[in-house]
Amino acid sequence: MVNSHSSSILETRNLNIYYGEKKVIRNVSLKVPKRTVTAMIGPSGCGKSTLLRTFNRMNDFIDIFRFEGEVLFEGTDIYRSKTDVTEFRRRVGMVFQKPNPFTSSIAKNITWGPQINGYRGDLNELVESSLRKAALWDEVKDKLNDSGLALSGGQQQRLCIARAIAMDPEVILMDEPCSALDPQSTLAIEDLIHELKQNYTIVIVTHNMQQAARVSEFTAFLYNGDLIEFDETSKIFSHPAEKLTRDYIVGRFG
Amino acid sequence: MSQIEGTVDNPKRALREQDRSMPDKENRAIFAVNAQRRKLKEQVFYYLIFLATLSALFVLVYLIGSIFSDGWPYLNWDFLTNFPSRFPAKAGFKSAIYGTAWLGCLTLFFSVLFGVGSAVYLQELSAKGRLSSGIELSIATLAGVPSIIYGMLGLGIFVRFLALGRSVLAGALTLSLLILPVIIIASREALKSVPDSIRMGAFALGATRWQTVRDHVLPAAIPGIATGVILAMARSIGEAAPLILLGALTYIAFVPESVFDSFTAMPIQIFNWASRPQAQFHDLAAAGIIVLLGFLLICNSAAIILRSRWRAK
Repeated sequence: MVNSHSSSILETRNLNIYYGEKKVIRNVSLKVPKRTVTAMIGPSGCGKSTLLRTFNRMNDFIDIFRFEGEVLFEGTDIYRSKTDVTEFRRRVGMVFQKPNPFTSSIAKNITWGPQINGYRGDLNELVESSLRKAALWDEVKDKLNDSGLALSGGQQQRLCIARAIAMDPEVILMDEPCSALDPQSTLAIEDLIHELKQNYTIVIVTHNMQQAARVSEFTAFLYNGDLIEFDETSKIFSHPAEKLTRDYIVGRFG
Repeated sequence: MSQIEGTVDNPKRALREQDRSMPDKENRAIFAVNAQRRKLKEQVFYYLIFLATLSALFVLVYLIGSIFSDGWPYLNWDFLTNFPSRFPAKAGFKSAIYGTAWLGCLTLFFSVLFGVGSAVYLQELSAKGRLSSGIELSIATLAGVPSIIYGMLGLGIFVRFLALGRSVLAGALTLSLLILPVIIIASREALKSVPDSIRMGAFALGATRWQTVRDHVLPAAIPGIATGVILAMARSIGEAAPLILLGALTYIAFVPESVFDSFTAMPIQIFNWASRPQAQFHDLAAAGIIVLLGFLLICNSAAIILRSRWRAK
């Protein structure tokens, strides 16, 4: 199924997730290949965001969350490992649906994460390189001390990506990063994703099938908590193996 | 015959036809009457709440007016710099002003330290469960306990058990206890209103709960916390009952030089003067009230300016 030459960085094994009594992920086993863009698609409530949030344990903050199975990052079980969860979160960054910059300056937005994690390098350099990688430097280089909230929505989202990049993560999880943005900002973020996959593994949840087709190499289709199909994006969109996938792709439901 | 059939077969069409037969004017008239009535109701309501505001304002203006007319002649530099005396002409407010300043600073320190600390613990760090909702209920109840009860508590714990005596420290700790529930509740509300997306953004960068709270949640909540602190401090500065119970002295001819000195405070001095038989002392009490109001006005204005500066940042 998944091409053999790239090894996986994230993996779930027989993962079941419950919110209270409700089962929201059913027996999902999935391997996310390194340095690729993997898209997760499916109708609302199919569990794609829930699955994404297990990769950096952001579900921990939901009281009624419960799971069975394994979630591996570089072969380590992140839920059972003795390593502190904050260490995994440093290595697995996240960008949220709604841009959520901190209420501090643009520069501070970048440096805060590294600082609290004991970063010892040159902070000014880090600000510049992170903003450059997020394709935001030219727009903000003259106002690094302005509030991050003064930026436009699309710029805020790129600031959040820069903030994640500054941690030098191995994986960046994106939870519908463009759903609150206008088409032009969406295009800018998609271009950025193309750039970033050289160095990072990206897992992106999206409602937008065209977006999944445009940016990803692999696509996972979830329906009602089940992983229906996971394959190369080109294959999913041209010759899906499952009828359900085909129906969703052509827009028969969802 | 065909017309009847048409009506039965196609009720929608029949309704449409009926509509057309009804004069438009009448239709509009119904709406217009309704709008007028609503407008009238709105005006009645407007004047009612305006009246409510006015009556509160009237009482306040009357009160302030009568206090100023009694106290203003006594308000001069000597009044502010003299110690109390049994001769009304020589009696001053100095020890009360100093005592209240000491109390205010210490109370601010203790109540913010413990109040905001508790709020952060309860709202951000503790596990939500039966215990925390029990604590929440107790705090809300404590906010309604009469201040004199806190005086008894302070007398038992700080004055006697901890042997702090009738000191400024014991007084300030008692007042802190008194306003702690208000500060905790206000601070928790302020923390609650900080959007979760900020916390999630910080956690996703590998932050601990404490780092998240310290650098993002607490700074965002400061304006709301400040509002609660301002209101609570205003209350504590005006309190006399718990301090009297604590044994704060009503006649003091010196100013406290350390937290272990005995003290008096503005409300106590005012109470003392007001309860004397001579009319001149009643006027002195009025003068004292003016100073107390001025003190509160200055403190609150400073706090509000600081808060809006912070907000603008």
